[in-house]
Amino acid sequence: MENMKVTINNRVLEASHGETVLSVASRAGISIPTLCHMEGLPPTGACRMCVVEEIGSGNLIPSCSLPAYDGMDIKTHSPKALNARRTIVELLLANHPDDCLYCIRNGTCTLQDYSEELGVRQRRYNGERSTYDLDVSSPSLVRDPDKCILCGKCVRVCEEIQGVSAIDFVGRGSATHIGCAFEEGLNVSSCINCGQCIMVCPTGALAEKDETARVISALRDPDITVVAQHAPAISVTIAEDFGIKPGTDIVDRMNGAMRRMGFDYIFPTSFGADLTVIEEANELVQRVTSGGPFPMFTSCSPGWVKFMEQFYPELVDNVSSCKSPQQMLGAVVKRIWTRDKKLDPKKVFHVSIMPCTAKKFECDRPGMRDGTVRDVDVVLTTREFDRMIKMFGIDLEQVEGEPADNPYGERSSAGKIFGASGGVMEAAVRTAFHMITGDELPNLEVKDVRGFEGIKETEVKIGDLVVKAAVVSGLGNARKLIDSILSGEKSYHFIEVMTCPGGCIAGGGQPFTSDPKVIRSRMMALYSIDSAAPVRTAHSNASLMKLYEDHLEKPGSHKAHEMLHTSYAEREVLK
Amino acid sequence: MSVEKINEILNQYPEAGRDKLIPVLQDVQGEEGYLSKESVRLIGRHLNLPTSKIYGVATFYNQFRFEPMGKFHIQVCRGTACHVKGSLPVLEALTKELELQPGRTTKDGLFSLEIVACIGACGLAPVIAVNGEFHARLESDQIPEIIESYRKKAV
Ligand code: SF4
Ligand code: SF4
Ligand code: SF4
Ligand code: FES
Ligand code: FES
Repeated sequence: MENMKVTINNRVLEASHGETVLSVASRAGISIPTLCHMEGLPPTGACRMCVVEEIGSGNLIPSCSLPAYDGMDIKTHSPKALNARRTIVELLLANHPDDCLYCIRNGTCTLQDYSEELGVRQRRYNGERSTYDLDVSSPSLVRDPDKCILCGKCVRVCEEIQGVSAIDFVGRGSATHIGCAFEEGLNVSSCINCGQCIMVCPTGALAEKDETARVISALRDPDITVVAQHAPAISVTIAEDFGIKPGTDIVDRMNGAMRRMGFDYIFPTSFGADLTVIEEANELVQRVTSGGPFPMFTSCSPGWVKFMEQFYPELVDNVSSCKSPQQMLGAVVKRIWTRDKKLDPKKVFHVSIMPCTAKKFECDRPGMRDGTVRDVDVVLTTREFDRMIKMFGIDLEQVEGEPADNPYGERSSAGKIFGASGGVMEAAVRTAFHMITGDELPNLEVKDVRGFEGIKETEVKIGDLVVKAAVVSGLGNARKLIDSILSGEKSYHFIEVMTCPGGCIAGGGQPFTSDPKVIRSRMMALYSIDSAAPVRTAHSNASLMKLYEDHLEKPGSHKAHEMLHTSYAEREVLK
Repeated sequence: MSVEKINEILNQYPEAGRDKLIPVLQDVQGEEGYLSKESVRLIGRHLNLPTSKIYGVATFYNQFRFEPMGKFHIQVCRGTACHVKGSLPVLEALTKELELQPGRTTKDGLFSLEIVACIGACGLAPVIAVNGEFHARLESDQIPEIIESYRKKAV
């Protein structure tokens, strides 16, 4: 069908059929504020923030649900539209605490931005304020319903993207709020701690649990050795919070900044990821020789693991017993490295910098400590870490680059692409191929499993074996895939599951963005690191091989099992 | 209420979906007097709905409660006649005296509070009924005394 012509702000623009005015305008560089709109999901029209004026009728129509039609004439920022928007913000503020100065979203809040953009300079309406208790029950996030504007995005992400439905609208009229069933805390709900609700929340009603204070006091304590690990997806996202171009890898400068902050040792989580690859590829090879159970699911995404324990406990034995890279590295540091270094593990504080809120939950799972000594003491999200860098007055653009520390400073790029959906699969396939055939995979790049598609499939020929693999991200997609397996419609050997759509680069602890291009550039950054890397497979990581030689014997050894593997069990939650 | 009893109700709605939620909730509350976590869970499993959704829908309506009724169930009429004659201060006195919101039950299980529409005693407005016993032409300052008399009955 031919494209249509529409006039927006006196400019004639092309629109395709079914396209909304919001989308046409956005392509033309006209930004219309939205509060409830979600890319890729059908509009709800809940907030009316996006209204535009239709010239002729003079009607104000929400542009997020207004399909373009040939010959339409629209003004997006007419006085009438602006007035309507300002009134909407003023009404929202009528029932909103004036807490910006104390708010975790100060500076990143959409409501604040719009209030500024629309020139709101006084409280015009003084409504009755709702007061609810903070929900601090979750290890990962804090809910502050007083700051909620009821846009509904968290509810939709939780249900429609993640297939979890931990939260919903509760009550009605002026008593409406977002909550869990029976007003319970998130910790007894089915929440999997993914933090995707935080990413879509326009206000400070949802936030990561801030644990920077604990890290700062460890850094100040002269008796404590502070070790940090940073996840593969951190170095390619952190730049955004400092005005550096999205998709820039600043791993060396980040190390430099961390040393200035007082971290004593820095190891990339990618080393742990390489270790995970070896153990997991070995597990896959074992299952191939012993006949299953198939499919084998990856286990490095803690949101997914909790999801499986709640909703698909019948899969407990299908999920790889491997701990995640964070926990493997944590165990190696606390249980091996401290001994080699003759340090008291009780005096070593292990900070893990992660793109993920669910990692805060994971580090407290059973098996993640040696006696009373935790393998990972605190998990900071990218955002918390960025706030710390700013608090320490460090200019990331100026810092000298520095390498990570030995003996775990070396990584392969296989352990780096873990940060993107498909990366774990690709890394594991490279090594499994080598384990089975003794050769290197002819083409290391498994392109079928790259990209943002929710469900990706591939077949890899390893010797005479054809490994059927799938990669999913977003647990709503995982649900679809698992249901098709349980019904017998599909079958695979190996499935990678990432909780967050697109993988850790879009994790719930990452810098805020609603721009898919930014997320894409994060992914591209990881793959260009990979294509330029000298060492691209976990099994060629020499320091890792040395760790096996000195301490772990061989992949899947008794020692490795004790330290690097874990188990799962059905989990009772209010689901 | 026993799981069997709830299942019996659910079995009257074979292959039901979301559209049957309200009648199912009404039936279960009719039997149980309230909606317990356990029954909401079972309803969710039967109708393939998350508990958060069920709770969300149920709290949209005044008729559902999530705690067993107290030993003394207080119904406060907020019908038109009672409103005109001052039922709001009466209600406020009750929530204050019992530290209790409508729809809830006190921790000791003694009192529960419910807002109802006209209970057909407009001539006596404003009126409350405690376990069906009417208290007529109330003033808010009578509330502490009335509550006290029930507390005494309880021991
Ligand atoms: S949510 Fe936004 S507007 Fe509200 S207090 Fe926080 S920063 Fe201010
Ligand atoms: S963290 Fe994830 S699972 Fe939990 S409420 Fe938010 S979106 Fe739902
Ligand atoms: S918590 Fe945030 S995302 Fe959820 S409805 Fe409130 S404002 Fe919207
Ligand atoms: S963004 Fe269009 S109605 Fe909310
Ligand atoms: S209005 Fe209260 S009894 Fe009729």
